Amino acid sequence: MTEVDNQMTCSMECEMEIPEGAFNPVEPFLRMDRIPHIWCPGCGIGTTVNCFTRALLNSKANLDKVAIVSGIGCTGRVAGYAALDSFHTTHGRAIPFATGLKLANPELQVVVYSGDGDLFAIGGNHFIHAARRNMDLKVICVNNMIYGMTGGQSAPTTPGHATTSTAPYGVYEPAFNLVSLAEAAGAAYVARWTTFHVMQLARSMEEVFKKKGFCFIEVLSPCPTLYQRRNKMGDGLDAMKYYKKASKIRNGAPTSECGLTRDGEIVVGKFVDRDRPDFMGLMRSQMVETLGERYAEPEVLCSL
Amino acid sequence: MRADPKGVLTGVHFLDGDHACCEGTLAAGARFSAGYPITPSTEVVERFASRIPTVGGVFIQMEDELAASIAIQGAVWGGAKAFTVTSGPGYSLMMEHIGYAAMTETPCVFVNVQRGGPSTGLPTLPAQADMMQARWGSHGDYGIIALCPNSPQECFDLTVTAFNLSEEFHVPVMMMLDECVGHMTEKVVIPPAEQIEIVPRQLTRKPPGQFHVYEPQQNGVPEMVRAGDGYRFHITGLTHDERGYPSMTVDVQDQLVRRLQNKLKPLANGRGLCDTEHLEDAEVVVVSYGITSRVAQRALQLARQRGVRAGKFRLITAWPFPEQKIRALAGQVKAFVVPELNLGQMVYEVERSAAGKARVIPVTHAGGGVHRPEAILDAIMEAAQ
Repeated sequence: MTEVDNQMTCSMECEMEIPEGAFNPVEPFLRMDRIPHIWCPGCGIGTTVNCFTRALLNSKANLDKVAIVSGIGCTGRVAGYAALDSFHTTHGRAIPFATGLKLANPELQVVVYSGDGDLFAIGGNHFIHAARRNMDLKVICVNNMIYGMTGGQSAPTTPGHATTSTAPYGVYEPAFNLVSLAEAAGAAYVARWTTFHVMQLARSMEEVFKKKGFCFIEVLSPCPTLYQRRNKMGDGLDAMKYYKKASKIRNGAPTSECGLTRDGEIVVGKFVDRDRPDFMGLMRSQMVETLGERYAEPEVLCSL
Repeated sequence: MRADPKGVLTGVHFLDGDHACCEGTLAAGARFSAGYPITPSTEVVERFASRIPTVGGVFIQMEDELAASIAIQGAVWGGAKAFTVTSGPGYSLMMEHIGYAAMTETPCVFVNVQRGGPSTGLPTLPAQADMMQARWGSHGDYGIIALCPNSPQECFDLTVTAFNLSEEFHVPVMMMLDECVGHMTEKVVIPPAEQIEIVPRQLTRKPPGQFHVYEPQQNGVPEMVRAGDGYRFHITGLTHDERGYPSMTVDVQDQLVRRLQNKLKPLANGRGLCDTEHLEDAEVVVVSYGITSRVAQRALQLARQRGVRAGKFRLITAWPFPEQKIRALAGQVKAFVVPELNLGQMVYEVERSAAGKARVIPVTHAGGGVHRPEAILDAIMEAAQ
């Protein structure tokens, strides 16, 4: 959907009076001067943002010390709506940007919020290396199984037999199993939910704010405009019904058995929660071991 | 302000250009670098990796140049002074993030130790064939600064200058070494910290709420801010307004992109660095930079011995190009001779600036070695005819 189309959709106002003094508790977490957002009706990204704000609220985080970094794409726009220090970077490079931000200013809680194409196609290399290093980043991937912003092209997550604008006769490449990839690469925390599981998702987000190391949450999210419509899968509500029906909560399930298909079972839950020393900890202990007192702690790397 | 003594290795040293460049980054206050190995530039970050743990900072070897060139920008917005180093193919990979730095006005330094190209080319041998890429390599209109040292001493001095300029103008600054300058070893004098002038980060003093991240000051450059200080600012590579919010209008695009170029005007017009000799009476002026300027020095000497009034114009600031200075000279001299280790790049700028008022003679070399002084001398003699 182009931005023009989108604005037309958004201009369909509903005649509902908002009682005086009414207040949405997520408002302080959003740049309200940028609302309405660009996402299509039925899209799940907004739902994930709601869960994110809920998690921030519940965790009582100092919002001045939370930074959010996005790449490019529909989910890439999340950074622009979050009332935090927020960075809309280049396509696929949210993780390395976040790496530099975190290392220069370790007191920041750095959240990477991006889509499946951004994080696992063009940015796949950065994802596996940040997980390997156990960089202290919280990576939230909204997986809608498609490139939405550019018009519905195949992603490395598009399940087999689905049709896309670049696979008009059906996708025949195998898809990535993101949770398995994250675990294999070394993530300290791996979970998957859908936008139907709003309570669980918010809780997972809250949990990773408290966990050190590379944490990964995959959120399966509908794209009615470009994925479902082309595949005759209905609208946003139909996606919710499918998520409700097909999801099985299996905490601790072996991630290798959690691959996603076009219309099969969706295994959700927390799969991995392990303690590994993170990059900063490893760096410090190696330097102290080899340099002893000569090692100068890199606190906040303030400019002169 | 003065340099932080923690990073300054005061003394007289025998260093190669790459190592001297690293000492320049430390003296300038860089406390973060992300790199990816590539010949002939890697020595810069090898030394940084060895030095930084005792100075207080971080070096991280990234998975590729795309990662290195954006990690440094994350570090800058986190509050650090940061740089990366590369050559040839790695520089090509960094182009997208040079554009991002230009668009987001992120002060940072890119060191390119030039080798022969295109593609993998000549990994261990010199060239100066990335000069146009440095200026125009990323898509869209923008401005950058590029400096060309011709000795290890200048690798130190100009690296400090590069950081200072990046903090003043909020642009990516290119240190355009070449393999010869990067690998030649000479005496390098590093002064005491209190003699090294440093431009600190121009952090805003406005309180959150009254601060707009891209509101230009009088000089066209916005103030800086750091994540974690309560400003809740937004940075994007999309065309943006003064709040940093995306805005897809012709007006906002026009205002922003013109400002990205115009803010560098003071450098083009007067403040650009150059090294000149015998320009007062020159009939022929040799315009050169980097290692080629040292070969040209010999040719100039020989030409003078043969009675040709040859003058020297060594580009130190290659970009923005010192258009006005060359234009003024064009009215006084017969010709410019422009030797470069490429098939003609900066010579086009000389030609454009001379605007037909003087002949412009390129002396090309495809790279892999340096010119013979005689090749440059022949061109000077021809120009003097």
